[in-house]
Amino acid sequence: MSSKRKSVAFEQIFPKVPSGIRGLDEITFGGLPKGRPTLITGGAGSGKTLMSMEFLIRGSIDYNEPGVFMAFEETAEELAQNVASLGFDLKELIAQKKIIVDYVRVERSEIEETGEYDLEGLFVRLNHSIDTIGAKRVVLDTIESLFAGLGNESILRAELRRLFRWLKDKGVSAIITAERGEATLTRYGLEEYVSDCVIVLDHRVQNQISTRRLRIVKYRGSVHGTNEYPFLIDEKGISIMPITSLKLNYPISTQRVTSGIARLDTMLEGKGFYQGSTILVSGTAGTGKTSISASFASATCQKSERCLYFAFEESPNQIIRNMKSIGIDLEPWTRKGLLKFHAVRSTFYGLETHLVQMQKLIDDFKPTAVIVDPITNLINAGDQNDVKSMLTRLIDYLKSKQITALFTNLTHLASLEQTESEVSSIMDTWILLRDIELGGERNRGIYILKSRGMAHSNQIREFLITGKGVDIIDVYTGPAGVLTGSARFAQETKDRAAEASRKEEVEKLKRDLERKRKLMEAQVIALHAEFTAKEEEVKQLINQEERREETIAKSRKEIGRMRKEDKE
Amino acid sequence: MNLKKESSKQKKVTKDSEMWELRLYVAGQTPNSMRAFANLKKICEEHLKGKYTIEVIDLMKNPQLAAGDQILAIPTLVRKLPEPLKKIIGDLSNTERVLVGLDIRSKSST
Repeated sequence: MSSKRKSVAFEQIFPKVPSGIRGLDEITFGGLPKGRPTLITGGAGSGKTLMSMEFLIRGSIDYNEPGVFMAFEETAEELAQNVASLGFDLKELIAQKKIIVDYVRVERSEIEETGEYDLEGLFVRLNHSIDTIGAKRVVLDTIESLFAGLGNESILRAELRRLFRWLKDKGVSAIITAERGEATLTRYGLEEYVSDCVIVLDHRVQNQISTRRLRIVKYRGSVHGTNEYPFLIDEKGISIMPITSLKLNYPISTQRVTSGIARLDTMLEGKGFYQGSTILVSGTAGTGKTSISASFASATCQKSERCLYFAFEESPNQIIRNMKSIGIDLEPWTRKGLLKFHAVRSTFYGLETHLVQMQKLIDDFKPTAVIVDPITNLINAGDQNDVKSMLTRLIDYLKSKQITALFTNLTHLASLEQTESEVSSIMDTWILLRDIELGGERNRGIYILKSRGMAHSNQIREFLITGKGVDIIDVYTGPAGVLTGSARFAQETKDRAAEASRKEEVEKLKRDLERKRKLMEAQVIALHAEFTAKEEEVKQLINQEERREETIAKSRKEIGRMRKEDKE
Repeated sequence: MNLKKESSKQKKVTKDSEMWELRLYVAGQTPNSMRAFANLKKICEEHLKGKYTIEVIDLMKNPQLAAGDQILAIPTLVRKLPEPLKKIIGDLSNTERVLVGLDIRSKSST
């Protein structure tokens, strides 16, 4: 907060002029000092002339500020040729009176010095050029040539001091370039005169790969980035990529995208990755990193979205063929233009060139998903810190564009949960693929080490690569432990057999019971029948008895009648 | 102004096969320039009498002429003829060096 307020205050005291050079205005918080000279120093071939020329050209095109280029080393023709490679038409700008190139030739062998002189001629020329087109920007490249051309150093120094003073009075934003000295910033100590802003350019070769760097040594009255920033010169001009240029305030999406593998989505709350998140898939060799990448690419294209695939290990055709063998056909997507491969050896360029190359491709292709397979190979192109800083910048860039990015990373068994370039901390989701060696067999296991912002599964699953694509299945977890592959299969068979025999046992018991019941029921029926028979018999007997008693009563009456019994 | 008049007067006088065409660049009438012109006049009169022209160009008035002869320092004396082109910068106070610079010394000795 306070730094922001401060820079606003500085802004008012020392106004700035945007250079128009990609990235430079970010690290200088607005550009070069307006109306004051800036010193750019560096060794031969460090890009001083191009940078100052781009300052003029961008100024004349983008900010409507005409410029004067006073060249002490190259002619206007040579300069036009040089910047043509950056896509600038210098001759056209000269014809439109937006830029004047004044070539100043100083040849010591042609000049004899006698007595007092000054450099008024230079002032006159510069003044004339500035007034002719109303220039707001001036470049003096490389004014130090004067030291080689003229002998009287004390006059020269006095005149240079006067020149820089004069440039300030004139109110032009100037760039003065100078050769880097051995112990000093410039060979002839120009930094003594130009002290408002000093930028050092550097061109270093490390492991046979060259990287250009820029550093702002001094910027009076302004906050500025103090790091060494790598920069690139390509067909679009100079681009400086400050590592910290992007703040951590990009928009965040709550939308989810499928990983292309149903079960993997299930493990990620059943919804897949967050749109715009970064996913790291790491694993040892042959664990299926590319297969996961291809599944994701295929799933992205299925939604008619574009996917950019950076392959640093295999050629596109090889990836397509290999993925076809496991049932992922990427060819239709490349034909439709939804999937684009960019295959290049990682050692082909320096890291910075890679980064800008990638950024440019992303800018042009506008994908919603990017795959980098593998990032490990980039380590070959630079040292650890460089790789990390480059990836950080790439990820920042991708996040700011809401692009989902999947990186694969080859790890070794010893450092399974440690990525070589230590990039895991900047990843949102980390999927680990690992070998599970058991019973003389190697199987693939997959688990999610972390996934920011979701309740992901903590289970190890078995990862199968079949002819129909990638599949994830549960591992066997039982009393015998965690099993995968054929061991899992064997155990499952065994379990199934045991279960079958258990089932049979139950069936048998059930049948026994049934039989017993039937037996019992039969007995009940028999008893019932017996009882009925007995009952019949008894009833008959009772009947007989009753009838006999009746007969006996009848015959008694008969006998009484016959004996003429007294009647009552 | 009066520098210019004198130069044009000189121009008409010279008519020789070995003509010396000299140009003196100045920027206003500074002490250095005045001194340079006086010194040049003296040397020419002494060594090249009758076969030289001096053209004085004031860059304050004609700034666009500075680029043509690649003028940086003021004053600058340019020997346009005879070839090759020679430049002497400074107030021409060291006569010896001017003579060497203009190749007059070697010529007059032969």
